Amino acid sequence: MASERRLRIKTLVMVLAMVVCANAGDLMLKRGMSHIGAVQLTASGLAQAFRLTAASGTIWIAIFFLTGFMLSYITVLSWADYSYVMPAGAFGYALLTLLAVLFLHESVSPRRWVGVVLICAGVLLVGQTKPRTTTVAGEAVA
Amino acid sequence: MRVILALAVLILGSTGGEIAITHGMKATGEPARLRPLALLQFLRRAARNGWFWVGLPLMALSFYSLLVLLSWEPISLVIPASALSYVVGTLGAKYILGEQVSGARWAGVVLVCVGVALVAAG
Repeated sequence: MASERRLRIKTLVMVLAMVVCANAGDLMLKRGMSHIGAVQLTASGLAQAFRLTAASGTIWIAIFFLTGFMLSYITVLSWADYSYVMPAGAFGYALLTLLAVLFLHESVSPRRWVGVVLICAGVLLVGQTKPRTTTVAGEAVA
Repeated sequence: MRVILALAVLILGSTGGEIAITHGMKATGEPARLRPLALLQFLRRAARNGWFWVGLPLMALSFYSLLVLLSWEPISLVIPASALSYVVGTLGAKYILGEQVSGARWAGVVLVCVGVALVAAG
């Protein structure tokens, strides 16, 4: 069915946007938090961590990308199943590994390759199921 | 012990928050078009939904828990452990949101969960 196909393509494009923003955001977040160092779980430690994160440019870049992720995420959830979008988004981990090998020439352990294959197989399996199994507001009258 | 506690906050906060937001977004309905103006109207509609404001603080709590965990433990331990949220989230989707989780979807979720744990473990 044409509309079913359109729904699937629209969903997958949005999941891709999610994955790109989330990866860029997480990378910046890890970099920013590494600069800040271990957080002490005391009132003053948490307050200091809050001040340092708010003053860090890297953390703000991370927040920019994570906002982009959040926007694409809530948009796709307005029409697609949570149990479809969530596992499909894991494709990002596989993508990150492939990018690390292709562009950074990192060596990847066999265990990690097995993980990449499992993620790809899992995403393919989930991707073939119907993106939406519940009704969406306004759909009943449309 | 503190790591397990923070991990539980991370997993339950993120899945609980995402389920609340999914519920809210389904009530909001999809944007008329994927253009800036239509998206802005869509965001305004979403922000008026109460479930959105239940989900957001839960996700913020989970995010803060992630920051704290990343400062204690290497990412290669934190992300594999948090991969459990794929299974917790799917259970929530089925029993709370009423989504139909077919055998193929379950199989995919389990593969993804194990795969993410392996990739992040390095």
